Amino acid sequence: MIAELGHFALALGIAFAFAQAFLPLWGAWRGDIRLMQVAPALALGHAMALLTSFGCLIWASVTDDFSVLNVAENSHTLKPLLYKITGAWGSHEGSILFWCLILALCGGAVALFGRNLPMGLRARVIGILALSACGFELFALLESDPFLRLWPPPANGQDMNPLLQDPGLAFHPPMLYAGYVGFAIPFAFAVAALLEGRMDAAWGRWVRPWTLAAWCCLTGGIALGSWWSYYVLGWGGFWFWDPVENASLMPWLTGTALLHCAIVVEKREALKIWTVLLAIGTFAFSLSGTFLVRSGILNSVHSFANDPARGVFILALLGIVIGGSLLLFVIRAPLLGASGVFAPVSREGALVLNNILLCAICAVVVTGTTYPLFADLLFQTKISVGPPFFNATILPLAAPLFIAMAIGPLMAWKRAALVPALLKLWWVALVALVVGIVAAFGMDALPALFMAAAAWMIGGAICDIVERIRLFRIPVSHSFSRLFGLPLQVFGTTLGHAGMGVTVAGIAGMSMAVQEVVLVHVGETTHLAGYDWKLEEMHDASGPNYNARVATITVSKDGRIVTVLAPERRAFTTQSMTTTEAKIHTNVLRDLYAVLGEERDGAAVLRLHDNTMAPLIWLGALVMALGGFCSLADRRLRVAAPARAVVLGAKRA
Amino acid sequence: MNRRLLLGAPLGIALLGGGAFYAMLKGLAKGTFDPRGVPSQLIDKPLPAFTLPGFSHADVVAEKKPVVINFFASWCVPCVEEAATLMTLRQRGVSVWGIAYKDKDPQTDLYLSRHGNPYARLAHDNEGRVAIDWGVTGVPETYLIDAQGIVRWRFVGPLPDAAVAELVKMASV
Repeated sequence: MIAELGHFALALGIAFAFAQAFLPLWGAWRGDIRLMQVAPALALGHAMALLTSFGCLIWASVTDDFSVLNVAENSHTLKPLLYKITGAWGSHEGSILFWCLILALCGGAVALFGRNLPMGLRARVIGILALSACGFELFALLESDPFLRLWPPPANGQDMNPLLQDPGLAFHPPMLYAGYVGFAIPFAFAVAALLEGRMDAAWGRWVRPWTLAAWCCLTGGIALGSWWSYYVLGWGGFWFWDPVENASLMPWLTGTALLHCAIVVEKREALKIWTVLLAIGTFAFSLSGTFLVRSGILNSVHSFANDPARGVFILALLGIVIGGSLLLFVIRAPLLGASGVFAPVSREGALVLNNILLCAICAVVVTGTTYPLFADLLFQTKISVGPPFFNATILPLAAPLFIAMAIGPLMAWKRAALVPALLKLWWVALVALVVGIVAAFGMDALPALFMAAAAWMIGGAICDIVERIRLFRIPVSHSFSRLFGLPLQVFGTTLGHAGMGVTVAGIAGMSMAVQEVVLVHVGETTHLAGYDWKLEEMHDASGPNYNARVATITVSKDGRIVTVLAPERRAFTTQSMTTTEAKIHTNVLRDLYAVLGEERDGAAVLRLHDNTMAPLIWLGALVMALGGFCSLADRRLRVAAPARAVVLGAKRA
Repeated sequence: MNRRLLLGAPLGIALLGGGAFYAMLKGLAKGTFDPRGVPSQLIDKPLPAFTLPGFSHADVVAEKKPVVINFFASWCVPCVEEAATLMTLRQRGVSVWGIAYKDKDPQTDLYLSRHGNPYARLAHDNEGRVAIDWGVTGVPETYLIDAQGIVRWRFVGPLPDAAVAELVKMASV
């Protein structure tokens, strides 16, 4: 009953989506105010229908309704409640529905928070969001129905892949999807601008918060995924250049570029065509990232139900959305011309450099990810592109980006001079040099260089604030009052750039990580990285749906106990699958990491890692996302007040 | 005009990419494109010599027309899925020969009586030695040997229905 309700709600959602797509767009085309005004209500109805539908799926999962095929295939009575809920977006069908839900929520968000948008623009944005939703919701209903019944229902479900039963992964897909789908809003704004043939500073101001929100979620989602692979897969690595990881990195790179580009549109009304293209491109990468992963084409550790027939349907949808918007771009983009001019050395120039480098990195990632496929298709040769390719090609592009990141924010708009900006950074350069030299004693040349770059980025970010409050040039108390008067957006930039620096420091530091695989008996001690690791004992334990073997390892340094780690090896009975539960002791600057392997003749295989600075990788991403939210908080405060003026300004234009 | 071309470049790239992905999906369905698979070393090489209870290398060559050889086992679940596809293949006039891999003869017979016997000739590789020579990675696995005894094609896993037309075409040459 509940499943049928969900199915019906999904169908209702599609009806709403079609109405939401065509009525407001028609209204905006004909200048019919009544049709334009109906857009927010339809968007909210659409969002509510899909919320109901997804709620029904969660309900079916929580109540163990195994007559629903999707639940029977992915759940089990013994599965903990948290994973019954999160399992709703863990399966292929559920995740597609979840994807559609977020797209519908995006439309709802624009309807709710976009009250001060000009009516025509709002109607178009909401209409285009629905237009892209229709196809995917039809796909969910016709090709991957999550509410399909199974008769007779099995006594129990097949349970979810144990690797996915983890709190880190429970929240990785929603964050990631919120990021992916969130870019639908800038996309809709871009297409709306093309339809209107007009794009002004106000457009940039409206687009930026949405882009920022999506970007924060995507950053968090990617970081969560990377963190999960670090501690669940037990390989001790954090990024494997796996096609699916790359697929999430592509929209992040172009989205970061878009974020910076929208500033130029907002402040200077320049780079309009490029910004529109970036908005379309980012969403195109998001779409391809979510869907081509499921087609079975990409060779990846992430496995979804692969079915080439489904793939063709999805490809057709992608073709309509991406191809259609790019076609519109070819036809209408020339209308957006007439950009504000600026000198090559200026804030705009720096942002253009940022864009070029980010897009070049993205192009490299795209090439590396798809080249094996194309080589197979065209030349029938099997090749694999792995980390060495990405390291060799991305580092030379990342280095200038890192250098420019500190300088850019110090330059003036329109026309600036490089030398004064560099002079302001003298102490940052000194710090970076010292850090680099100190690091060179402990690690290889390349990581040491990147440590220096990290210091440069963090220092540069702080330097921006220091300059703004004129620290040590005016009395300190005045500086402090300036500090509190700074808009939150400035802190957002600082946190964003510093966060990148922290992540780079973590990645550079990981080069010093050491690991060892040892076979030890109970009571035996091994030495790694200056620590004594003693295997105290082994025992059996049991969880809700698994049996575990637990090892107790005491880690001590110079006779003083640092920590006790208890890594587990879990055997999941329903899926007859074994997982390793790594245990990590962290003090932010280093992770002591232990994995329990197989046992042989009373001895256990232990994999021990000392991962220097590893936590900084995700801490940096967190700081970046925080920076985004900080900036977002500022925007809301600032946009709220002059909103009317903005609308009036837009009308005059 | 140049500006138009520039603006059209993203669309062009997207169309090319989309076309390529379409070709890949089609290939995936037909079994001619497999990004995961490691290519067989036997492709375009003569079939290695073997003698099994049932048929031998010489029998395949003596057939003087293309032969599809399918490795299967009674204990293999995907093989059951594949049985219907092989049957269609046989009905379309392709000679399908089977090699039972690491199996026991009575169980192979039971399997064939239960799921139908698509094989014109049947051999038993109970030790799995021949499979090693061929580089078989698992069951089911399917090879196409042409009239000259040269291996032309291999497919790992159960044959998709879409592969039938492709195989009929290749086997009728």
